[in-house]
Parts: sequence; C-alpha cells; structure tokens
Amino acid sequence: MDFAFTDEQQMIRDTAEAFLKDTSTSEAVRTAMVSELGYDAELWQRLCGEMYWQAIHIPEAYGGLGLSYIELIAIVEQMGRYLLCAPYFSTVCLATNALLCAGSEEQKAEHLGAICEGKTATLAWSNTGGWTADSVSASVRKDGDDYLLNGDYRYVIDGASAELLILAAKEEGNNAVQLFAVDATAAGIERQALPTMDQTRRQAAIQLKDLRVPAGAKLTCESDDAADALNKTLQLATVALAAEQAGGMQQLLSSAVEYTQERKQFNRPIASFQSIKHKAADMMMRNEVARSSIYYAACVADEALTGGELSAELPEAASIAKAWCSEAYFKNAGEAMQMHGGVGFTWEYDVHLYFKRAKASEHLLGNSDQHRENIASLLLDGE
Amino acid sequence: MKLQFSEKDEAFRKEIAGWLADNLTGEFAQLKFRGGPGDEHMFPEERKRWEQKLAEGGWTCVGWPTEYGGRGLSIEQQVIFYEEYARAGAPGRMGHIGDGLTGPTLIAFGSEAQKAKYLPGILAGTEFWCQGYSEPGAGSDLANVKTKARFDEAKGKWVINGQKVWTSLAHESEYCFVIARTDPDSKAHKGLGFFLVKMDQPGVTVRPIEQITGTSEFNEVFFDDAECDADDIVGEPGDGWKVAMGLLGFERGVSTLGQQMAFQNELNEVVKLARENGAANDPQIRQRIAQAHIGLKIMRYNSMRMLSGDKGDGSLQKEALIYKLYWASWHRDLGELAVDIMGPEATILPEGPYELNRLQSLFLFTRSDTIYGGTNQIQRNIIAERGLGMPKEPKW
Repeated sequence: MDFAFTDEQQMIRDTAEAFLKDTSTSEAVRTAMVSELGYDAELWQRLCGEMYWQAIHIPEAYGGLGLSYIELIAIVEQMGRYLLCAPYFSTVCLATNALLCAGSEEQKAEHLGAICEGKTATLAWSNTGGWTADSVSASVRKDGDDYLLNGDYRYVIDGASAELLILAAKEEGNNAVQLFAVDATAAGIERQALPTMDQTRRQAAIQLKDLRVPAGAKLTCESDDAADALNKTLQLATVALAAEQAGGMQQLLSSAVEYTQERKQFNRPIASFQSIKHKAADMMMRNEVARSSIYYAACVADEALTGGELSAELPEAASIAKAWCSEAYFKNAGEAMQMHGGVGFTWEYDVHLYFKRAKASEHLLGNSDQHRENIASLLLDGE
Repeated sequence: MKLQFSEKDEAFRKEIAGWLADNLTGEFAQLKFRGGPGDEHMFPEERKRWEQKLAEGGWTCVGWPTEYGGRGLSIEQQVIFYEEYARAGAPGRMGHIGDGLTGPTLIAFGSEAQKAKYLPGILAGTEFWCQGYSEPGAGSDLANVKTKARFDEAKGKWVINGQKVWTSLAHESEYCFVIARTDPDSKAHKGLGFFLVKMDQPGVTVRPIEQITGTSEFNEVFFDDAECDADDIVGEPGDGWKVAMGLLGFERGVSTLGQQMAFQNELNEVVKLARENGAANDPQIRQRIAQAHIGLKIMRYNSMRMLSGDKGDGSLQKEALIYKLYWASWHRDLGELAVDIMGPEATILPEGPYELNRLQSLFLFTRSDTIYGGTNQIQRNIIAERGLGMPKEPKW
C-alpha cells in the first residue's frame, strides 16, 4: 500500500500545473469562454501536440501513452483548478472511456487513433441529465444492414463542436442499450449550441432524425447490451469530474486566502478575524478530503479499466467522490464569494466563474443527493 | 499509488487476526467491543490482564523500534495491526498512553536511565500511564499552565503543586506525565518542565468527574507537595513545551486507522438498527446514513494519504492538519444520527437510574470529541495559521 504519487506522477502533475497556470490564465479563460468555439483551438493543439494529454490513458497499441487513470486524474485536477476551456473532458473522459469500455479492437484502433491525433469527440446519452444507462433517451432499430436512430439529447458536453459523437440509444423492443460512433456532420444530426450559465464548459442539444448508420458504427462490446459499458463509462467520467471539482476548490481557497490577507478593514487584514479564518479552515478541510476521495477513486478507476481486483468498487468509489466533491466545491465557492465581499460579486473577479462552474458540475453526472441515494441503496437495500 | 498490501503484509494480517481470535476467549471474551471511548471505566482489572496477554504475544508497543523492545513494525503493518485489533472487537487499550505517548516521548527525548526505568513496564503491560496537561485555567490555552515544580535541594527531589483536569484513567495508572512551571516567573510556553510522577504517593489525590453520560472516565488530579526524583524530568527545566509538543505529534499516527475501524463497528450498528426498525426507508435518514458512510470511507482514504506521505520528520501535512476537526465532527454527527434513527425510543433508558445503551452513550459521549484534544475552534485556528499562513489574533 502506497497512497502517494510516484515521482513520475508527481512530475506529470507539476508539469500540468505549471503549463496551465501559464496558458489558462484568467484572460485566456475569459477570451475562450465567449469565443465561437468555446475554447482556444491553438491551445488545444498544444495540449495534443506538445503535452499529449489527450492520449494519456489510451493504450500504446492505439497510439496513446498508456499511462494510468491516476496520471489522468492528476492532470484533470489541474484543469479544474485553472478552469481550462477545452474539449478535454468530453473527448477523453467521456468519449475515450466509452470507446475503451465498449469498442472492438478495430473500432478502438480507428477512433482512439484519431483522438490521439487531436480529433475531438463527446458522448451523448440522455435528454434528462440522468447519470446512468437508465436515462438513455434515443431509440434505435435495425433497418436492413443499417441502424436507424431517432430521439434527442440535451446537456451534451461540447456537443456543438465535437467532431465524433458516441451516441447511446435503446433498441426498440428489448430496450437494450447500444452505443454508436458517428461522424458529427452526418445527415440526420441536428446540433444546437445552448447558452450556458457556466461559460467555461459548453453544452448542446442534439436531435436525431432518422440518422442512418452502418452496422460497423455500433460499438461491439462483449455483451448484447451496452448498458454496463455505458454505466462504467459514466462512472469513470464521474471520477474525473470530481477531480476537476477538487482542483477548482484549491484555486478558490488560494484566492480567498490571498484576498483576505490583502484586504484591510478596522486597520487589520480581514484574514486575521477568526470568522474569516474558520471559514478558510473549513474550506481547506473539505478540499483536502476531496483530494483523498479522488485519488482513491482514481486507483479504483484504473483497476476497473485494467480488470484489477478492485474493479467492483468503481460504482461506490465514484459516488463517494462525486457526492463529496460536488457539495464541497459549491460550498467553498459560496464561501469564497462571501470572503471576497463586494468584489466577489463583480464580473471582473474570477470567483463567479468558479461559482458557476461548481453549480454546473454539481448537476452534471448526478448531484450529491443522487449519489448518496446510490450509496444508500448499496448499503440498505440488499440482503 | 497503489492500494493493495503486499503478500508479506497480508500474511502478517492473518497472523495478528489469528492470534486475536485464539486469545480473545475465556475470561477475555466478555471484553469484546468494550472499554472504548465512553466506556473506558469498564472492566479495568480484566483489561489490564489483557494488556499482559498482549505483551506475552509481543503485541504491545508494536511501533517502537526493536532496540527498545518494540516490534518495529512498518507503517503498513502497524495499520494492519490496529485495523485487525479493532475488527476483532479487542478492548480499548488500558496501555495506550504509555504505548502511544510516554514511550515514543522517552525514546525521542528521554535519558538512557529513564528508558531503562520506564519502558519495560509499558512493554510488559504492568505499568499504566495517564497524562497531566490540561488545567482549569489551561484548556485551549494549554501554555497557561499554573502547576509549579520546585527543586528541593535538601530532599534532592522535585516538589510539585497544582491541579490537572480531564485526566483519563488517573485512578488506574501507576504514573502520570505532568507539565509544570519550573521557573515561577515565566509565562506561556517558556519555563516549563516535563515530569514523570508516581501516582501512589501522599501528595497526589484523584477525584473523578461525573460527565453528561453519568459515568466518570475523566478525573481531576491534585498535586500537594507531590514528589518525583531529580532525574524524573525529561530534558532540562525549560524544555517542557518542546517535549509536550513532540508528544502531541505522536498522537496523530497510525492508530487513527484503528479508531476508524471502531467507528465502522458503530456505523454498522446504526445501519443494522435502521434496517430493523424501518428508518432505512426514510429518504432523509437514507441521505444521512449514506453521508456517514461516505464520510468514514473518505476518512480512511485521508489517513492512507497521511501515512503514505509521512516524511517522518514531524512536519505536518495538510491532510494531517485537518484530521482532528474532520473525525470529531463526523463522529458527533454519527451520534446524532444514531438517536434520530432510534426515534422516540432514544429518550427511554434501558435501566434506571441512568444506564445508557451503546447508541445513547455514543450520542452523549461524542459531544466531547469536538472539545478535547483541541476544540474544533482551536483546530480551525491551527489550520488557518499553520496550513494557510493566515495571521494570528492580535494579542490582548
């Protein structure tokens, strides 16, 4: 048992922190978040071309770096800290994981290979914001050698800009879930960018009208029903989202502590008041244990991807991390805003960007109540 | 990062689990799950004999270096030891202050003579210790110690006068370590000494404190010209604060994982009750049970991180700084959850005049968790000042 980063993992984390601190500055985030695309295409090229982060946990056989989920989490935590606007979560944490969980060798070689080259992708599964395969909303039926898909999706992360879509649909008749890898520009797909309260992460609505795809587009996972593969994908993504949340918390804490040490009232820095210090202490406590929860979940996620003995713990570890981090991030964001006083309410200061991101990511992939209920049913409903 | 223990460590787990299963029998069977916080006053004699049993098996002082008679276990194996100990329901350790605090303090700061005099009794489970830190006027402000130690040249002994409070197991202990002021004109953390005082002497009086549970684990200890030998001071006069702070460092160790296993036993009982009495169907209770489960799991992950990152130089990492605040708050919440699951039945005692059941006792006793060993408020000050570099309060 060694629950600390290895030297190499620490180096990857430190490199990510330094790179993002330089490139994902407040100015850069504010420019990207109001741009057409929602992110800086040049920066994305650097992430893919120089850092090779899009390929971090893709096996070497498909052109990736073949590192573990722990390295991925270490990087994603820093992305959350610096509010990186990029199609990373959608491409790597959603689509790549879906391909890893459900794709055949050929499909992985083709699509993961393209992702390694910098292609963007996302996963669309529901129109309700549900976070399990039960919430799959579109339908599919066989039509000759092809499949015909109909239905709509909402809250699709980077859905308007992604080049490759992984679409989930339920088979008419038996309700089995199937996943399809489809070019985003295919006829029968209508995409609509949605204006978002959290501008640092884009969402879209997607409508399928008799989308015709060849049989080879169906991800051929081992089972006839891809529900398990989709659930596993969503759990893996949930772990990554929790890591983003923990990273955001760190930045809120740092900026709140810095601001309250500069701000003077009653002839003393307001950081010297216990009412402020105690808020900061609680923020640090929530932040540190958030970290502990994501590192554990990262280890479990890695085992789940590699078939290790702790694989079965993934649903629980993901729910634990997301239940804790969602609530803690939003709580810390609210506290940070309060500690900044009036300026925390201005567009000029960054606190609101984190505050909005906190609420948005809380509702993405299941909120704290839902994940707690998931834990409760694991604990209370079995024999 | 890796979560699995090595094969060697897993073999060790089997060894200690097997030993406990073989030995927690006969006269010791009644001690299962007894003697923990809130129950420390129970079965003192039997639990002392249990300490000697542990010693026979070589299971006292497992973290001490072998040169001092310890088992010299690695961090991983200490974790396993404490986990298995708690999992088996082995009783609250009568020897935990000597094993966890006095011993490590003497090994770090004591003279060779002190080590030779005191370590064997701790190892053998025959001599027990209590701690004399807090005073009526020195709680959160621990440095405001008023107890005085004066060296009597004629007797060649230290003479101690003053009062300590919240001393658990004082009436069951052979020795007490006492912080006392060696320089009567000194203030705060300067001018203190760290003394090793024999309890069985005319100058020492122990008076139990009746707590909100109706029981008494804690005591007041009065020193009226109590004496200790010239060489029963650890370090020099004036070193007391340094030694005491070093000792507090030993409190945050691997035993936290054993503590968590005891918490798990409590949570299991709460969950079992909720399933039995139907509270498990209440959506609010479900949320709170899940939150308790999540909180305990994360506590474990945090401890694993704390231990893995331990640089062994006494420097406090952030995940260690927050630990007391975190577990104390969690445990208090568990106590509240327990009685809320019991419902109105929580208000009825199993027996008069004031017998509490385990969960009622948990509810009441956990109110002390957020007070002793540094209140939640003091913990937050420490976190803000040491962990985040925020300014101290202006002095009055």
